[in-house]
Amino acid sequence: MAQMKFLCDAERCIECNGCVTACKNANETDWGIQRRRVVTLDDGMPSEVSISVACMHCDDAPCMAVCPTDCFYKTDDGIVLHDKDICIGCGYCLYACPFGAPQFPKEEAFGERGKMDKCTFCAGGPAETKEEEYEKYGANRIAEGKLPLCAEMCSTKALLAGDAQTISDIFRQRVVYRGHEDGGWSSVEKAQNAGPDVSANLDEMAYDATRATREG
Amino acid sequence: MHTLMQCLWRLRMIGAVLLLAVLAASLASPATAAEPDEEIGQAVGTVDADTWRQVKSGENFIDSRHDSTYNLINPSGETWRQVRNEWISPAGLIAVGGMLAILVIFYLIVGRNDLDHERTGRKILRWTVLERSLHWTVATLFIALSLTGLNLLYGKFVFRHIFGDVFWANMIMGSKLIHNYAGPVFGILLIVMLAKWLKVNLPKKHDWEWFKQGGGMVGNKHPDAGFANAGEKVWFWLLASVGLVVVVSGLVLDFPIFGQTRDNMQWANMFHAVTSLILMTVALGHIYIGTLGTEGALEGMATGYVDETWAKQHHNLWYEEVKANAGQPQQSDPPVADDTAAAHRPN
Repeated sequence: MAQMKFLCDAERCIECNGCVTACKNANETDWGIQRRRVVTLDDGMPSEVSISVACMHCDDAPCMAVCPTDCFYKTDDGIVLHDKDICIGCGYCLYACPFGAPQFPKEEAFGERGKMDKCTFCAGGPAETKEEEYEKYGANRIAEGKLPLCAEMCSTKALLAGDAQTISDIFRQRVVYRGHEDGGWSSVEKAQNAGPDVSANLDEMAYDATRATREG
Repeated sequence: MHTLMQCLWRLRMIGAVLLLAVLAASLASPATAAEPDEEIGQAVGTVDADTWRQVKSGENFIDSRHDSTYNLINPSGETWRQVRNEWISPAGLIAVGGMLAILVIFYLIVGRNDLDHERTGRKILRWTVLERSLHWTVATLFIALSLTGLNLLYGKFVFRHIFGDVFWANMIMGSKLIHNYAGPVFGILLIVMLAKWLKVNLPKKHDWEWFKQGGGMVGNKHPDAGFANAGEKVWFWLLASVGLVVVVSGLVLDFPIFGQTRDNMQWANMFHAVTSLILMTVALGHIYIGTLGTEGALEGMATGYVDETWAKQHHNLWYEEVKANAGQPQQSDPPVADDTAAAHRPN
């Protein structure tokens, strides 16, 4: 059985926010709800790097563990979904989530949270009819054999979605082509001892695609 | 043509080698370090260990979500989860369940604390109408908040399996609504009640003696007590300290529109859970002593009047002062309209 995951290649993400827009459009989320976001570190500095993040569909999901209503469940594909009929908008999933994925439309009195909304990996959620499902959870592209729209539309293919094994293979291949020292996951010690790493610069990134054919 | 291409290729190779040599030289010598720095400045940053450390630290980041305060990875959520699920949740169950068990065993072994002498039939006003309304309103809210709070913490392990999804969905939604709306009302009334009873709960010297004799709960000892005995005073001061923490932390959680961060709410939630479970545990003792545990205690809070014998046995100092003040205890058959009656509060 597949284990669905997102993977964002930080060296390819150009902070275009295409994924954010694609998601918003595919799922027609409520006003103020933005299931995907792009975080940029060191904005405007030489070390600037961006990464797109949404629900990461954790194996051991903290939201599931703390939910007082037990409204979360995991599909056979490892996608974490939740039942909005059971959700009470208490906010505990938000306290627990490392990625800030759960969001609540501020629509009730005294700022009481509405039903939680988060990325569904474009897999919809529990509902009687297709219309109800779309209304509550957005698109169910997985049922149509398609991947999440954010990843499908990513212009630099930085954001990958799919079976964990497949997408990590793709990423690993890229790392090999880039010649990234220690596979991009340098240990702290190595990173401290090494000089400035010029291997992972813009030109190298642009070569990714061409190198594949040139060397392979 | 062929040779020309080869020539060009060689030239490029030589150029590349030269460039590399220059680069290497400039990297090695600090004096000429400006150039590669510029070059790196135009490149995409390296994703290294420092980057990932920064990801967690929450420094120097911007987010495309307009009102977001969440950096890329927020490890505090996992800590909160562990503390809540692995410590607070089981500890609360042990505390509340343990207290229940102790009370049952205590009741079975020691039994009710009866009056030592016959009732005289003379009644003394102990709680005015205002005080009784306050007490029972706060008590009702406390019980409602406890049950809904316990449901929010433990309900999912029990009721969803018993009643099914639809009933559970309504039950837990109702719990949240009651909890969120009754909470602030409880907070306000608790403060009013604390202010009302502050004077009679100030610690006195004889309270220490009361503790040393275990409040006379076992055996026939009756240590000195004023209007409020030392046990009641402990309950008062627990509500005045731990109770206020429950109220404040609850308000932080209840109205998430004042810019409190996720970390604030994690802390508020932990404080709220721990302190409210402490209150629930002690409240069980309070309820036991006030109802099953002591003959004649409940009628005081129900009717406002206690029997002379009860007053003499449990609050002797208060009784003496009431008697001294009134000359003799109030006559039997309490007056019907007692709204204006003022309870005597010397101690």
